Amino acid sequence: MKQILQFTVNGEPRELLIDPKKFLVEVLREDLGLTGTHWACDTGACCCCTVIMDGKAVKSCSILAMQANGREVTTIEGLADGPNLHPIQQAFIDNWALQCGFCSSGQIMAAKALLDENPSPTREDIQLQMDGHLCRCTGFNMIQEAILDAAERLKGQK
Amino acid sequence: MKTIVNGFEYFSPKTLEEALKMLSQYDSEEKEFKVIAGGQSLNLMMKQGILMPECLVSIKGLSELDYLNYDAKEGLKIGALTTHRAIETSDEIQKNFKVLVEMEHNVSSTETRNYGTLAGNFCHGDPGGDPAPVLVALNAIIKMASVKGERTVPAEEFTLDYYETVLGHDELLTEIQIPVIPPNTGVYYTKYSQILGDFALASAAVSITLDDKKEKCTDVRIVLGSVGSTAMRAKKAEEILKGKKITDELLVQAGQAASEESDPTDSVEASEEYKRELVGVLVKRVGKEALERAKKA
Repeated sequence: MKQILQFTVNGEPRELLIDPKKFLVEVLREDLGLTGTHWACDTGACCCCTVIMDGKAVKSCSILAMQANGREVTTIEGLADGPNLHPIQQAFIDNWALQCGFCSSGQIMAAKALLDENPSPTREDIQLQMDGHLCRCTGFNMIQEAILDAAERLKGQK
Repeated sequence: MKTIVNGFEYFSPKTLEEALKMLSQYDSEEKEFKVIAGGQSLNLMMKQGILMPECLVSIKGLSELDYLNYDAKEGLKIGALTTHRAIETSDEIQKNFKVLVEMEHNVSSTETRNYGTLAGNFCHGDPGGDPAPVLVALNAIIKMASVKGERTVPAEEFTLDYYETVLGHDELLTEIQIPVIPPNTGVYYTKYSQILGDFALASAAVSITLDDKKEKCTDVRIVLGSVGSTAMRAKKAEEILKGKKITDELLVQAGQAASEESDPTDSVEASEEYKRELVGVLVKRVGKEALERAKKA
């Protein structure tokens, strides 16, 4: 039996009738067409599907959509301001932190949650926080550089 | 992509009282239901088709169970809905129960710790879980509630077998109580896994208490994880250390005894023999660190 899911996605209130067995990633991609959130290992092992829920990075493949009821979810689509990329996205491009791009939306969302909580992370803070994210192009070093760079860019904005 | 095959109904009671009534009613109707907190283990097991409940009772909304209270006399009280991340980032826990923070660093990834709860992980009863060995080493008490009332059991008696605990169908774990660490005591935990955050091939938590002169060991708890159907005390190994001045040689002996007491099984990652070897090495190393901490405590 379908149930009502009410939540906010990228600042917009949404109301959907969904099967409660659906995961958040399924609803985001299939019901809302937000395919920027990538669906990869499907076992909670790679963090590609990371989104931000109530300020915290979570794996959308490991959370039922109903668990997001009443919550605020931000996906990669919620970061850019019109044609202007978010400073973290721009820092990823400028630091060559993406190759195939498959893990990037998850990496960027986790980086956003990290920088919102800790605007001046050390390299070690980044390694600890981003530990679950797998990049099979082996771009970890550039990703760390991009996050350090993004931290500076965000400070410069204020 | 894998999706859950069997459908279920999803309920979100708003208070503990309402939740307990719901559990009691479903239990009497013999409904196949599961309680879900963060669901970081449960959701994956449903996805794999290992669990197929008819309904889920989500307790994540019971904010009354989301707390961390520390008192210098009574110790630490952790509500059932406190996330791993809240424990990991608490200054009070870092100061008074550092081993809990170290344990949390071993639990999966930040994303899982942001949403998953310590109590939920413990209730899941996976022998490879990180909390059980540490909670047993710290002498934790588990508080449970149902419509009939409340009861407590020591953490050591909570898990019965693979994924089985003493929790009744109509019961909820409501609080984990950790007593103040006694004076002259050091506690440490670590595990071996293929990558950080993965399930342990073997893990060990050791708590050592020394006498006032900091020479002889007056109390010791050695708890092994992932090498049996539940976290287990290595009691023969404990006997080797108890009442003695602990030396490297004695720790090697305790490691050997623990290795014999452990009951690992072959898995794709490692053989039984290899895991036994790991237990010996772990007990020696974790014991040594616990001893150093006890001397400084």
